[in-house]
Amino acid sequence: MSHMETSFYQQAAQAELEKIHSAALTPRARMAITVQDMPCQDPEVRRHNMQEVAIGYTREQAMLEAERCLQCKNAPCVAGCPVKIDIPGFIRKVKEGDFTGAGQVIKQTNLLPSICGRVCPQEKQCQLPCTVGKALGGVDKAVQIGRLERFVADYEREHGLQTVPHAGPSSGKRVAIVGAGPAGLTCAVDVRREGHDVAVFEAFHKAGGVMVYGIPEFRLPKALVASEAGLLESMGVQFEMNFLVGRTRKLSSLLKEDGFDAVFIGTGAGLPKFMDIPGENLVGVFSANEYLTRANLMKAYEIGKAGTPIYPSRRVAVLGGGNVAMDSARMAMRLGAEEVRVLYRRTREEMPARAEEVGHAMEEGIIFDFLASPTKVVGDDKGKVAGLEVLSYQLGEPDESGRRKPVPIRGSEHFVPFDTVIVAIGNESNPLISRTTPDLHVDRHGHIIVDEKQKTSLDRVYAGGDIVLGAATVILAMGEGRRAAAAINEVLQ
Amino acid sequence: MKTEHRIVSKRQLSEEVYRIEVLAPLVARERKAGQFVVVMYDEEYSERIPLTIADADPEKGTVTLIFQTVGASTHKLALKEPGDSIVLLGPLGNPTHIEKFGWAVCVGGGIGLAPLHPIVKALKEAGNRVTVISGARTAELLIMQDEMNAVADENIVVTDDGTAGRKALVTVPLAELCAASPPPDIVVAIGPPIMMKFCAETTRPFGIKTLASLNTIMIDGTGMCGGCRVSVGGATKFVCVDGPEFDAHQVDWGQMMSRLGAYKDIEKEAHEKCHLEMSIKQLEKERS
Ligand SMILES: Cc1cc2nc3c(=O)[nH]c(=O)nc-3n(C[C@H](O)[C@H](O)[C@H](O)COP(=O)(O)OP(=O)(O)OC[C@H]3O[C@@H](n4cnc5c(N)ncnc54)[C@H](O)[C@@H]3O)c2cc1C
Ligand SMILES: Cc1cc2nc3c(=O)[nH]c(=O)nc-3n(C[C@H](O)[C@H](O)[C@H](O)COP(=O)(O)OP(=O)(O)OC[C@H]3O[C@@H](n4cnc5c(N)ncnc54)[C@H](O)[C@@H]3O)c2cc1C
Ligand code: SF4
Ligand code: SF4
Ligand code: FES
Repeated sequence: MSHMETSFYQQAAQAELEKIHSAALTPRARMAITVQDMPCQDPEVRRHNMQEVAIGYTREQAMLEAERCLQCKNAPCVAGCPVKIDIPGFIRKVKEGDFTGAGQVIKQTNLLPSICGRVCPQEKQCQLPCTVGKALGGVDKAVQIGRLERFVADYEREHGLQTVPHAGPSSGKRVAIVGAGPAGLTCAVDVRREGHDVAVFEAFHKAGGVMVYGIPEFRLPKALVASEAGLLESMGVQFEMNFLVGRTRKLSSLLKEDGFDAVFIGTGAGLPKFMDIPGENLVGVFSANEYLTRANLMKAYEIGKAGTPIYPSRRVAVLGGGNVAMDSARMAMRLGAEEVRVLYRRTREEMPARAEEVGHAMEEGIIFDFLASPTKVVGDDKGKVAGLEVLSYQLGEPDESGRRKPVPIRGSEHFVPFDTVIVAIGNESNPLISRTTPDLHVDRHGHIIVDEKQKTSLDRVYAGGDIVLGAATVILAMGEGRRAAAAINEVLQ
Repeated sequence: MKTEHRIVSKRQLSEEVYRIEVLAPLVARERKAGQFVVVMYDEEYSERIPLTIADADPEKGTVTLIFQTVGASTHKLALKEPGDSIVLLGPLGNPTHIEKFGWAVCVGGGIGLAPLHPIVKALKEAGNRVTVISGARTAELLIMQDEMNAVADENIVVTDDGTAGRKALVTVPLAELCAASPPPDIVVAIGPPIMMKFCAETTRPFGIKTLASLNTIMIDGTGMCGGCRVSVGGATKFVCVDGPEFDAHQVDWGQMMSRLGAYKDIEKEAHEKCHLEMSIKQLEKERS
């Protein structure tokens, strides 16, 4: 696909918009409207810069895309959204050109729409059951709900229309939130609304969790996360940065000595998994967490300014097939690698990454080696990575889930030279809090066990997000934060 | 509640070594011997620098850090003055396991004498007889001597060039002590990796339990990145959460040293730039 400038999409959208008269549109006519593509930076240009890849819909594009929605009575899309946004409701407002009104509809259930609009795996959530997509025979033809959500949120922010959620009259109760990721931030807002004093404790020097240290600038601008966190501060939420609960202060001390009436734990899944193959501690092997943290949070890409160095790479192997792998590969490309290959044991169909990100990575020149997995990292005489020994796979019989299982091809081991290996096969839960809080029950993966109200085995202690779910998504973490807040507000009544 | 980490005092101990006292009441209250903090000289561009808590005053709410200006980040930290704020996270890592072992020999090389001091103190308080071996390249770099003399039962001084104490490496007196009967019950070594490695080789034939405090490269210091990992007894360990102290006989020293050198070329360049900046600042200071 050749690259198109925003102006092209804009003109086409305007022309099509002028042709249609919404009042008279039949469902058939709505479905005939062109799906609005997302204007993006030219892949040849963006692979060398950190600016956001997706530029965002223009006003006309948004209004035209909104015309595609059939306003279904049963709204199957809503069921696909973990926080149950009134999707037809906000799309109707977009159609009418009332973007502020659209924003208000979204904000009833989602506090961070500019983030979700960008990073939700829509094709597996709201857009999957969309009637239009179903009728047109493909989820890629569904109403582009996420892009519309992003448009609305960006419109609000760019026009200074963001409103600070209202904090109720002081209740005299205090709530501690551990971790400033999406779960913690969402919980903080909802608890603060009820008038409780809220303190957020965060280990890092910036709020946002994975949204600031993991997901790269070119996919989710950090200024945007900072602006959302800023809203919380305006609401009166206190931030205690550089505070590691379990070390700086024990969880039990927060409750027993510091006078907090309830605690929410949203500490995420911050423990990198490795492959457990020989050579993984050689110089040049990184966890995706380390690589991305250096690049994002520590701004290593601003060479000359940033104190944190980034490894100079020419040939990079990324192991894994999720969002984390895509982000690592695309980051390595932007940091100057000549060749970046993603090694994945299965095929494109099974990749858990968002389809859009895989597409973007391919456009940027990332090479995918499917049905391949390393058995060993090979080092040189200085203890640095020289390459990988790779085993090839083929698809075998379908397993219980109906997916064809990859089976190794015997004797297919071959050497591929690399100087950098980024392991992006997922995260487990950080055990720090559970280790320092004896009565907190966790399962064998270290995930905190909670009931349907997100309550843990300890009184007045709630948990949610990746620390409960394992590595999941931003919106699921927010959903859990919200449910926990409701339960906390109930017990503190 | 918002805690600001302000530098309350600063002293230059030698040409390359600085001692700062930072206001950090919660850290000062919780910390134990062997633990460290991560500091940043600013919030935007600073590297995260792990430094051992050399001392703490829970009354005043301060922690003392002693660091050597080895590269760009430590130089920038050295440019901070009393009254300035820094970012500080801690206390991190596991405290040193302190008990009454009997006779403990504590070996400190160069800047390693700073993190060694709280351990010497704690071992002494637990009722051990403590012998310290203080080593440095030259007399000017020999720090913490008054403090060591005040707590240790005995302090053996060695320098590479003989400008203070014996002209020897720390492993020479260490081997002599190991040969005593009864031999030491435990050895703790903190210093450059190469020194810790040779301390381990010295005590190994005597079968004396030896602990080393590893100073790997770190980012978060909380177990999130895996950048600090080393191989200990064949298993991968994260120094920030599983350590920083490990059985020195089990550490893969070769691997640890090559991992420490991962960014050598980039760091060298940044260091030279900073050294220049610092010299300019000092010149300016002298002029005014
Ligand atoms: C590279 C990458 C890309 C991703 N891409 C997507 C995507 O495109 N779409 C999507 O929906 N999801 C994506 N995810 C997953 C998503 O980011 C997570 O599911 C989500 O951030 C989880 O939120 P959380 O609030 O539970 O935890 P986190 O975001 O992990 O936040 C936890 C916070 O708690 C802090 N903390 C931890 N322990 C302590 C402690 N003891 N004391 C104080 N603070 C502590 C941490 O420093 C952190 O800031 C991605 C994840 C990664 C790593
Ligand atoms: C648990 C622990 C406790 C420590 N305690 C002290 C202490 O009390 N006093 C002291 O002077 N030093 C201590 N160090 C070492 C100190 O952190 C490094 O000297 C410092 O980070 C170097 O930064 P730089 O930019 O000035 O030097 P650089 O030019 O970056 O590097 C110089 C040397 O330091 C190593 N280094 C670089 N970055 C890091 C990093 N992020 N973490 C660790 N080492 C690194 C390099 O491999 C190199 O050998 C400790 C390290 C650890 C892990
Ligand atoms: S929050 Fe996510 S799932 Fe829900 S409507 Fe928005 S993009 Fe879709
Ligand atoms: S399912 Fe699709 S068409 Fe129907 S209301 Fe939802 S977004 Fe509109
Ligand atoms: S410093 Fe990141 S895991 Fe230890």
